[in-house]
Amino acid sequence: MHRHVQPRTVTTAACLLLVAGAVSCSSVAQPADGRPAELTVFAASSLTDAFADVEHTFEAEHPDVEVEVIVDSSSTLAEQVVAGALADVLATADEATMQRVTDEGLAAHRPVTFARNQLTLVTPADDRTSVQSVVDLERDGVTYAVCVPDAPCGAAARALLDLLGVDAEPVTEEENVRAVLTKVTAGEVDAGLVYVSDAEAAGADVGVVDLPRAGEVLTVNRITALSQAAEPELARDWVTLVSSAQGQRVLASYGFLPAP
Amino acid sequence: MSPPGRRRLRPRSAHGATGAPPWQLVLPALVALSLLVLPVIGLLSRAPWSTLPERLADPAVLDTLRLSLLTATTATGCCLLLGTPLAWLLARADIPGRRFVRALVLVPLVLPPVVGGVALLTAFGRQGVVGQWLDSLFGVRLPFTTVGVVLAQTFVALPFLVLAVEGALHSADSRYDDLAATFGASRWQTFLRVTLPLALPGVASGAVLAWARALGEFGATITFAGSYPGTTRTMPLAVYTALNSDFDAAILLSLVLLVVSVGVLVLLRERWTTGVAA
Repeated sequence: MHRHVQPRTVTTAACLLLVAGAVSCSSVAQPADGRPAELTVFAASSLTDAFADVEHTFEAEHPDVEVEVIVDSSSTLAEQVVAGALADVLATADEATMQRVTDEGLAAHRPVTFARNQLTLVTPADDRTSVQSVVDLERDGVTYAVCVPDAPCGAAARALLDLLGVDAEPVTEEENVRAVLTKVTAGEVDAGLVYVSDAEAAGADVGVVDLPRAGEVLTVNRITALSQAAEPELARDWVTLVSSAQGQRVLASYGFLPAP
Repeated sequence: MSPPGRRRLRPRSAHGATGAPPWQLVLPALVALSLLVLPVIGLLSRAPWSTLPERLADPAVLDTLRLSLLTATTATGCCLLLGTPLAWLLARADIPGRRFVRALVLVPLVLPPVVGGVALLTAFGRQGVVGQWLDSLFGVRLPFTTVGVVLAQTFVALPFLVLAVEGALHSADSRYDDLAATFGASRWQTFLRVTLPLALPGVASGAVLAWARALGEFGATITFAGSYPGTTRTMPLAVYTALNSDFDAAILLSLVLLVVSVGVLVLLRERWTTGVAA
């Protein structure tokens, strides 16, 4: 008897789940009044800490707003925005990735340059191989990590290493700059090329080796509200805050350079 | 075609299971089927067919494919060499805590692969429990090497092989082993000459499952072995990287992976079914 009952019970349960899923989906799509509005910010991973700080300020100014900052490589985020991701704001680490989004007509306004960044070399805090300068990357047995060439940090790293004439291949190309930083702090590589702001965020977890001529390959951070934004007003508020004197102070405290 | 004994195994109307299949089963089955097939159709419909030949001729694509096939096949070899004895221990030997050991074998199966990668780093990374000794004593570093990729793939694929082989050993008649022993064969000889040949179909299907799992490995690989063209960037990693810049390239790589894996599976299946029937 049991055997005949079970399949039906299972099917019924599955149907109920489907129905329940459909109901909860539609309730998310139409937030009831009084619920906190949600602002989704897509940000280059180098902005992780700075934007977490900005988020506090923003939520203090908008008590009924829930901000969600999603960080990844700018190229990943740009690709997701083009594919229709439900984001309100996009902040990239260079011009090229932002261009992909504006080319598709997805920016709600002309993107704003709100900061600049510069590369540096970081080493594990308990540095055993002692990478003291960029030429040490060429030494036998020294391993280092960079970003994939498509990510802004990878493009900048490649340009800078060419400029410095460094003739040594990295052992890994990570998808975003924070993945490079993690490989360094975990001690899995001897060095990694990251932004000054990432080195700042890692603090005592890394040693910092200044790169000569790093100022010649500055990257620009660009931001825009997106035309697909569910919260266009809030999106503009976020962009305004980041560009304001207050936002700029926060960014400077994380090692970002001011916009030109 | 079918041996005479087979007909007795499926008596068609013994349960009174005649008539049209019930909609309660057909409907979910159709949903399941479309769920499986639609993404593949999507892939085929979005493929950059016009630029396909020149994109395929890119040596980088072939290099990546070669790396993938090399690592997945090596990992499968490792699984066979290490997993078959483990399966034998679980199925035939009298070991204490057998259930616990079996649970341990299942861990990589339920662990998210990226967690597997983190775990591998803590074990075999330069700062890892084992890795720091490998580094300081032998100068061996596994992360960011092709060997590291094979290690990650073996880690995730091993349970598939062990489970398949153990299942085959359970269903094979262990009295043949006893018989061999009475003829004076040692346990090792018995394993090689009697047990293993009887379990061969299970070993083969386990190897294919392990190979497919290794070929598709992503999370543990990118976490433990990193991603660099030629040494550690296998096809799934290349798809992920391409996704950030060139959607068409990502689709192309996906198609290649699809064709190769399905092709190999079909080829192997055919060989066995004919091999087993003969």
